[in-house]
Amino acid sequence: MLKINNLHVSVADKPILKGLTLDVPAGEVHAVMGPNGAGKSTLGYSLSGRPGYEVTDGSASWNGADLLDIEPAERAAAGLFLSFQYPIEIPGVPAMTFIRTALNAQKRARGEEEVSAPAFLKQVKAASQSLKMDFDMLKRPLNVGFSGGEKKRMEILQMALLEPSLLILDETDSGLDIDALRIVADGVNAMRSPERSMLVITHYQRLLDYIKPDRVHVLAGGRIVASGGPELAHELEAEGYDKFLPEAA
Amino acid sequence: MKALARLDLTDAATFPSRRVEEWKYSDLKRFLREAPEPSGTAVVGAPGPFYDLGGDAVVFANGRPVGVKDYIASGDQTLRLRFISDAVGTGHTAAARIVARPGARLLLLETHEGKGSAYVAHNKVEIDVAADAEVIRIVLTDEPADAISVAEAEVRLEAGGRYRQTIVATGAKLQRHETRLRHGAEGADARVDGLYLLNGARHSDQTSVIDHVSPNGTTSQLIKGVVRDEARGVFQGKILVQKGADETDARMGHHGLIASDRGEIDVKPELIIYADEVQCAHGATVGTLDESALFYMQQRGVSADEARALLTHAFLIEVVDRIEHEGAREVVREWLTARL
Ligand SMILES: Nc1ncnc2c1ncn2[C@@H]1O[C@H](COP(=O)(O)OP(=O)(O)O)[C@@H](O)[C@H]1O
Ligand SMILES: [Mg+2]
Repeated sequence: MLKINNLHVSVADKPILKGLTLDVPAGEVHAVMGPNGAGKSTLGYSLSGRPGYEVTDGSASWNGADLLDIEPAERAAAGLFLSFQYPIEIPGVPAMTFIRTALNAQKRARGEEEVSAPAFLKQVKAASQSLKMDFDMLKRPLNVGFSGGEKKRMEILQMALLEPSLLILDETDSGLDIDALRIVADGVNAMRSPERSMLVITHYQRLLDYIKPDRVHVLAGGRIVASGGPELAHELEAEGYDKFLPEAA
Repeated sequence: MKALARLDLTDAATFPSRRVEEWKYSDLKRFLREAPEPSGTAVVGAPGPFYDLGGDAVVFANGRPVGVKDYIASGDQTLRLRFISDAVGTGHTAAARIVARPGARLLLLETHEGKGSAYVAHNKVEIDVAADAEVIRIVLTDEPADAISVAEAEVRLEAGGRYRQTIVATGAKLQRHETRLRHGAEGADARVDGLYLLNGARHSDQTSVIDHVSPNGTTSQLIKGVVRDEARGVFQGKILVQKGADETDARMGHHGLIASDRGEIDVKPELIIYADEVQCAHGATVGTLDESALFYMQQRGVSADEARALLTHAFLIEVVDRIEHEGAREVVREWLTARL
């Protein structure tokens, strides 16, 4: 289970998260919704250890182990995967080379055996097919010159191959048309399992028609200000975030 | 150029300081105040990194030729030119002369193999590329961090001569590779590439002076380098297009990455043009490793060190990919990968 308690995070000395508390039990999918600038991406970055996102107070643990105390790569090996809102371009490193390097680095860190090149190739082919991706794209430098939608699919492909246990999806729906959204959501839903926890960050309710959350939380003013069932997402869609904004509180 | 032509390890008065314009980033005098004691004899030892590519060998051990010191290629040949230094605290000078006869094709695999410490090496090579001959010269350096090493190459191209040079430098206390190349007759074609990968307090200087005195010559130059720790990379590239060297096409590019707070890269590109109808361009960039790319890679489980090595490799490999001989390219690729 993911346990976040009283998390405070500053960016460039400006407090963004101000006492965020949230639990996601194993096997559940929770959505975090909130207005632009609420700190949703900040939550994903601070859990994954991005430099510049300074945790000033509070704690976060995954299956009982402290997350905030270890290096970003160690968090990944412990099962954390962040699908970026804006995936980064890696010039000169072919996508397939990169994913295999990452997978084997994680396996080494966990004391598991590395995957061989032929076995990996098979896995990549299967995964790219089910995401309806052109296999040749995997030979190109990762994300370089990809469209927004292609980058998002590449994130989900990496997720499928790395098999993380704690999934954070940051605005995965942005940049996707409805067909692509369906394919990506199928990919995410295929990963649901009793051991996995998912945090689905989104600004719009649309994604949640495809990835059905167990719980929905509203992030505003740096904290979770409301929690409820899937119906809360529909309320937000109809009424907007106004009543949760700090000025209205 | 003048100061360098006079460099003589037995005479401290010839050691340039940074007050000599061509040496302003590589102050030899600062590291070498007095003439070093001459080095003794040396053993040749291991066969060197290019051994598997076969061919002939010209070997200098602590400056002394082990066998011949001149080489003439008249067919399709491979030569391993090895400068071996196993001296400790002493200095030596070597001079080799390489000729590619008209129509010859020579793969010249040059290594600067430092096994001693705190030595001073001064290695000189003259290369004549006759009409329609081709020379591919690869230079690999592997020298200790406390050595001083100055290598000079004087390259002369005749009509239609083709020359391909790639210097792969890992630096030393002070390491300098100077190339002076002359397009002496019409239609010669030169590529003068290099890369450097430096750590610790290492220093590498790649300096070139390309002189177009005849028409229709082509020069293409791509230098890329990465400095870490407190290392310092220097590139000085001068291209002269003399009066009458019309229709010259000369392009020079240097791209550096500083991968630490205290690393330094100094670049001085110069294009001096007196001819007509020439195409000349130069581009220079110096940047840092992309922090957001490093974080992204780490988020996927790649350690910080491996992420830096991957980005560094991706950056430098462009220079290796331009090596036209496949066997040599693969040796350099592996050699570089092992040092990331
Ligand atoms: N790298 C950064 N530098 C400065 N300010 C930042 C940075 N990242 C986020 N912020 C600020 O933090 C706040 C929250 O941003 P973010 O987490 O991206 O919000 P959301 O994802 O909910 O739209 C915003 O006010 C934004 O301007
Ligand atoms: Mg965001």
